[in-house]
Amino acid sequence: MIRVQRQPFDAAEELRAFMARAGEGAVATFIGTVRAEDGVEALTLDHYPGFTEKQITALVSAMIDQHRLAAAAVVHRFGRMQPGDPILFAATAAPHRRAALDALAELVERLKTEAPFWKKEQRGGIEHWLDVPRASDEASPERTLP
Amino acid sequence: MRLLAFGKLSHLNVDDLAVPPTVTDTDALRRFLGQRWPQIAAPEIRIAVNQTLVQGVVPLSPDDEIAFLPPMSGG
Repeated sequence: MIRVQRQPFDAAEELRAFMARAGEGAVATFIGTVRAEDGVEALTLDHYPGFTEKQITALVSAMIDQHRLAAAAVVHRFGRMQPGDPILFAATAAPHRRAALDALAELVERLKTEAPFWKKEQRGGIEHWLDVPRASDEASPERTLP
Repeated sequence: MRLLAFGKLSHLNVDDLAVPPTVTDTDALRRFLGQRWPQIAAPEIRIAVNQTLVQGVVPLSPDDEIAFLPPMSGG
């Protein structure tokens, strides 16, 4: 299940819904929020309706197959957000914890670098588009869509 | 033809432009739009036709949806 939406999500409600179809074993979740680092005042995400959902669905399907997950979910926001606002809910479920945790780490990492979004940061009242995934997120290798 | 542009190209009014019937492939469309907006013809700008990324020169039909995609910045 994936959703790309403008409005905030209720992480507790998303988790409840996911648990209802997760099966037995392990459920791992990740909630990402907008960071205020380096004076970022606001973050705006542009997306291509339909295309963005299609690419994220393909990524989620690949994670389910690769890690033999029972289920996976992604809720990703677009539009204008403030530091602290939730932007991503991701969840994986598997019979055993290792698969759920490994899949979640890979899913979130690949969303950060591959998901079809265009980010615009506002600093000092001035907005500018970011061309590539932010290098500040650990030493993650930059990936591109095929 | 329905034209779309995202990210740093989203301020361009590509959907207001009447594409002449002589534009029948992605290369010709890039050149046509590039006359007005050189940044859209840059090699880093990828093209999706009917929501599928394409490479090289692809023929276009009048009812196609063509999107111009700058480098993506991830989620």
